[in-house]
Amino acid sequence: MEGDCVVDLTALTPCSGLLPLRKGDVTLSELDPGRITSLMPFPGQGAALSRALEVAYGLGFPAPGQVTRAEGVACVWTGRDQAFLMGPEPDPTLADHAAMTDQSDAWAVVLLAGEGAEDVLARLVPIDLRPAAFPESSAARTLCQHMTVSISRRAEGLQIMCFRSMARTLAHEIADVMASVAGRRAAG
Amino acid sequence: MRLTCPICGDRDRREFYYQGDAVMLDRPDPGAPSQDWVDWLHLRDNPAGRARELWYHEAGCTAWLVVERDTVTHEVFSVGLVERADAD
Repeated sequence: MEGDCVVDLTALTPCSGLLPLRKGDVTLSELDPGRITSLMPFPGQGAALSRALEVAYGLGFPAPGQVTRAEGVACVWTGRDQAFLMGPEPDPTLADHAAMTDQSDAWAVVLLAGEGAEDVLARLVPIDLRPAAFPESSAARTLCQHMTVSISRRAEGLQIMCFRSMARTLAHEIADVMASVAGRRAAG
Repeated sequence: MRLTCPICGDRDRREFYYQGDAVMLDRPDPGAPSQDWVDWLHLRDNPAGRARELWYHEAGCTAWLVVERDTVTHEVFSVGLVERADAD
């Protein structure tokens, strides 16, 4: 009997079967974010939380519109008094200063990279994402068409996060625009 | 139309949800006459000109904002956070 009633389950990533894609010089690929934990500092605990993050990972709590990074870990600002710790398991000491929620399976995380990636998002996102206005270490909550997203700049390109249930829509919207931007470039 | 969110900066109107007149922040005293409550809940001026309104940065930082603007010229005079003390 042992093992008979256990179905062999296979974990699928949010964009499984959808990505990667390439159109012209631009690629859209899925990122494995590791563990995602939302951090919401308790009242008056912002500075203490930042210190605990420094001790545990060597990065601070991000200011609005910012990402802080260290080896294998990032802390992305995601809203008022909220940031996502991405990568490792949350250090237990953080629980003294912040409400924490495991968000790992709730988000689709993709990377848009290559020459012209900003031109693609310029057709979908109502903020300026060119490097001069949105340099590395920048993060924003904004819209991609009708979806709310978190966008941040990494060395490799632009990281876009949306709710997992919207993964297919995100891939579809961006792929369509990638094709038309590549077509426009090819046409000169 | 664009609004300068005190947290996120200059953003497109698409990111915001319009709630209405900021009179919602000035709730009557619990013991106030029922007519005051009816007026507060249902009666609104419809000014052509300067208005004080509540907007929600729905697709951004999710802060509630008090926006002073002119409904005729669309000029925005100020955008501020609804302070914790005023929020329900």
